[in-house]
Amino acid sequence: MSERIIDAIPTVEPSAAVKQLEQHLSSTPRTLWGDAWRRFLRHKLALIGTAMLIFFIVAVLIGPLIYRISPETLDFNALSARPSIKHVFGTDDLGRDMLARSLYGGRISLAVGVVAMLIAISLGTVIGSVAGFFGGKIDQVLMRVVDLFLALPVLPLLLLTVYLFRVPVVKAFGPVLGVFLIVVTMIGALAWMTTARIVRATFLSLKEKEFVEAAKCLGISRRSIMFQHILPNALSPIIVSATLEVGNAIITESTLSFLGVGFAPDTPTWGRLVTDGINYLQTAPWLALIPGALIFLTVLSINFMGDGLRDALDPRSRL
Amino acid sequence: MSQYILRRSLLAIPTLLVISLVIFAILALAPGDPMSQFANNPSVTAEVRENMKRALGLDQPWPVRYVKWLTAAAQGNLGYSFGAKIPVLTLLQQRLPQTLWVVGSAFLLAVLLAIPIGVISAVKQYSIFDQVGTFFSFIGFSVPSFFTGLLLMLIFAVRLGWFPIVYSSTLKVENWGTFWQQVRQMTLPVTVLLVQQTAALTRFTRSAMLDNLPLDYVRTARSKGLADRTVIVRHILSNSLIPVVTLIALGIPAIFGGAIVTENLFRVNGIGALLITAINNSDTPVVMAITFIFAILTVLFNLVADIVYGVLDPRVRYS
Repeated sequence: MSERIIDAIPTVEPSAAVKQLEQHLSSTPRTLWGDAWRRFLRHKLALIGTAMLIFFIVAVLIGPLIYRISPETLDFNALSARPSIKHVFGTDDLGRDMLARSLYGGRISLAVGVVAMLIAISLGTVIGSVAGFFGGKIDQVLMRVVDLFLALPVLPLLLLTVYLFRVPVVKAFGPVLGVFLIVVTMIGALAWMTTARIVRATFLSLKEKEFVEAAKCLGISRRSIMFQHILPNALSPIIVSATLEVGNAIITESTLSFLGVGFAPDTPTWGRLVTDGINYLQTAPWLALIPGALIFLTVLSINFMGDGLRDALDPRSRL
Repeated sequence: MSQYILRRSLLAIPTLLVISLVIFAILALAPGDPMSQFANNPSVTAEVRENMKRALGLDQPWPVRYVKWLTAAAQGNLGYSFGAKIPVLTLLQQRLPQTLWVVGSAFLLAVLLAIPIGVISAVKQYSIFDQVGTFFSFIGFSVPSFFTGLLLMLIFAVRLGWFPIVYSSTLKVENWGTFWQQVRQMTLPVTVLLVQQTAALTRFTRSAMLDNLPLDYVRTARSKGLADRTVIVRHILSNSLIPVVTLIALGIPAIFGGAIVTENLFRVNGIGALLITAINNSDTPVVMAITFIFAILTVLFNLVADIVYGVLDPRVRYS
């Protein structure tokens, strides 16, 4: 009796509905990142921001190769000249072309943003992972350190350290690289706390889950569980805070330069150009306004992109 | 409750001690000789310089000097300014009120502006008001404060002449005329901080309101037949303000950072401007004192936020 029924089953033709289902399954599956990408594309401001940011990066990277006027060439026929066809952004009091200086300075400003972000994110990720994974005493101590860093007066400390340690570092690495290293290290070292908190929270909520237990049973090393099994789950908020951190670092660097405690006067970072331009605010306002607007637009586009990323990757958070 | 306040206050003391230690260590370990200003002075020989060092106690190891500084500071003695040749405390008493006035009024106005804007934005999500508000708040926290300052200065002080360019520190408020003058000269520096603060606060309020809007207790309140206004103000807003308070506290260091920028731009004679002068003159006692004051203010406002949090949220346990 029962054998007959079993024999009968394979002869049944799959119904139309089953066929349709199989067809659907064979098409490429929707992935987590694919979904995020689709959500990102729906965010108009984020797309505008991304386009603007790519434009700035490309301009700064290959601009000086196309626009052949050197940032150091003095044009005595055009001192403090208004923006014109010959000098698109005008010239400064020594007749140096502002577009060339802005392109060159933009390289430094953007590099500061990216490298400072990398330092902050790596520090935050490592500290947050360790605190969340090991818990207990280690967690308590590390979280006290986070609270302490959050209470530090960031700008005064930055001003102080950059000012005090500038001379020996510049002696060791040269005027541009030296200041770059110290500015980037200090900004990064004072900005990792948010990332650490986010990463720690993810670790705390995931470390008791079954997949971690399974990995432990398989004899996978603790480091590998931390960084290959748990950490990828925190990737979305890390990416979002990394994006926003680039913008913050650019603003911080330009503020330092503005207060006269950043790069040397002959290194035309955007913040430095604004500072130099302030003395000519009444006669040649574009000297300060153009580099200032460049900082503003870059950071604005980064923030729009970050907001889009947050909506796409981290739909629950709405800040 | 009072026990809770006491315990939080006691917790702030070790934080401040560690911060002061960090600042002192940075200053002490920085390369460079505090006597270097006399190095090129022929009337001050090397021997005299050594004697001066010994008289100032600079030949002792820095931990010893830190303990001495701390004992003196605890008794209200912050040392003598190298530059102004008066006690640091007197200098701070002259400068601190201006900073607190500018920061305080900016902060108060920011709260008064941001909370209504954030509430309306959230209640009418995706309306024109919300979109315009969101756009402006993005501009607000993407623009470096020195750039806002420059624009305001150029438009309202240089071109239109509505406000003075430079803050007059000798002005004393004695009658309505001088009071009006004081208001006018504070307008631009306060506005710079206001833009930055309002932007962030609006976003915080909006997102906290949006988190609460779909919750069950809101539906209950509405189904009881309460007026829309009551539901929003009494029920949703009071719950939404709880996370906002924490975020405000975390933003306090940024406000004081912004104060350094505006004070330098508009020449307000507050402690931010003093800090930059002191750093440039290697006036170590003043630098130490001001950085420490910024730390105290930050920790103090964090403490206030903690206490307000406790008052707003009865779920916080005081034990």
